[in-house]
Amino acid sequence: MIDIKNLSKVFNSRQVIDGLNLKIETGQTLVIIGRSGCGKSVLLKHIIGLLKPDHGHIYIDGKDVTVLNTDEMNALRTRVGMVFQGAALFDYMTVGENVGFSLIEHGHVDRTELLERVEESLAMVDLHGIGNLMPSELSGGMKKRVSLARTICNRPEIILYDEPTTGVDPITADSINELIRSLHDKLKVTSIVVTHDMKSAYKIADRIAMMYQGKIIAEGAPAEIEHSQHPVVHQFVNGLAHGPITETIEHCRPGDICIT
Amino acid sequence: MIFSRNPISASIILIGKRAIAFGYFLGGLSRLSFETFYWAFVPPYKKERIFEQAKRAGVDSLPLVSLIGFFMGVILAFQTAYLMQKLGSEMYIASIVALSLVRELGPVITALVVAGRVGAAIAAEIGSMQVTEQIDALETMATNPIKYLVVPRFLALSLMLPILVLYSDIIGILGGYMICVYRLGIPGSMYMTITFDSLLYKDVFTGLAKTVFFGMIIALVSCYQGFNVEGGAVGVGRATMRAVVTTFILILAADCFFTALFYFIFP
Repeated sequence: MIDIKNLSKVFNSRQVIDGLNLKIETGQTLVIIGRSGCGKSVLLKHIIGLLKPDHGHIYIDGKDVTVLNTDEMNALRTRVGMVFQGAALFDYMTVGENVGFSLIEHGHVDRTELLERVEESLAMVDLHGIGNLMPSELSGGMKKRVSLARTICNRPEIILYDEPTTGVDPITADSINELIRSLHDKLKVTSIVVTHDMKSAYKIADRIAMMYQGKIIAEGAPAEIEHSQHPVVHQFVNGLAHGPITETIEHCRPGDICIT
Repeated sequence: MIFSRNPISASIILIGKRAIAFGYFLGGLSRLSFETFYWAFVPPYKKERIFEQAKRAGVDSLPLVSLIGFFMGVILAFQTAYLMQKLGSEMYIASIVALSLVRELGPVITALVVAGRVGAAIAAEIGSMQVTEQIDALETMATNPIKYLVVPRFLALSLMLPILVLYSDIIGILGGYMICVYRLGIPGSMYMTITFDSLLYKDVFTGLAKTVFFGMIIALVSCYQGFNVEGGAVGVGRATMRAVVTTFILILAADCFFTALFYFIFP
């Protein structure tokens, strides 16, 4: 279980996360929605220890991520994988080397097992036999799938997805959604998906949480969020140009700290 | 707003900001240096990564260093000949070329060339990795970016720069040889004898010893600028420029320091 308690983070006098509380049960897929720049990706980076909070704690299976030393953090990171928004593939390595990176660096596996694991991971994301290609030869959707294959090759218990469907066409986006769902069903992993794509959120989520002004303002099953009467949630999920979110921005004057 | 309209206040604020930025730079570079030294001694040691960087920094720089080294020797021989012919002391050209190259010009010019070629490439490469979240990806896969990216470049440059400088010195002396023998008519055997007679071990040692530090400076500053890229492609360009300029300044400052130090240690 992941338990986030009273998390706060300030960047350049801007309160990006403000006393955020959230719980994610083991094996669950939680989708965090919110406007671009509201701090969703920052939250993910806190969970995997890339950022340290100003206040608050994050417990993963009872261990406080915010106080782990380097060795403990590395041990945790072998259990947690992250799929980055831009795929973040190493462009000087082949696809196969990218996918098997963790095993090559830390896995202590022999070459036969390494190749098997790489091919198995690529097969799970429906990309057979592309291990020798370079990332520059792949489309945006393929890069995201390879990034996913790289994450699952290490057999993580928790996968964090940062905007997995951003920047790809609707068909590819839907296939990525199906992939996330099927990986969840097959591997029984706990997943946290950050997105502002509501179609994607409804398709993959067990629960949806809405982030606004550094806090979780609503949380529930996809149907509850879809029909929520909360004005901020209602405006966001229905993609309305006018409402409390945009009014906050309209009332901001230059020099004010306005969180959107 | 009131302060920013006053030119004096604005200047003070600007100087203050620059001073703070310089403090951050020094602090960040010191921290990176310390962590690099620490991780260089922590196993596992991936030799193939160091060899790969040594090839990129050293072997791939050979054509450029050859060209620059040869030009240095030729220019130095001509410039020295201009003065020595007036004094009727052409035979001293060999010793002046050798000493100037081995003690000063070879180490500094080669270090500046490598800083421009390799340092810029390191800053751009790590900067691009930073903006595309590849550095974050490394960390999420339990791989320390300093051990993985900085240590191999640091060791490779510290090792390869002295070798490149030694090679550049030899090519430079050959350049001077060609001018003196084929243009000024000095016998080849005499040129080589004077060259070797005028060079002492301490000349070679002091010339090469400081290049180990120049290599460290190139690697650390370039990696530091790469890690601190902000703002996409423009940021990568800015970091690359900063890496080259900062490295140039620090190499010359370090050279000044070592020249003074060796002057007193090996009078």
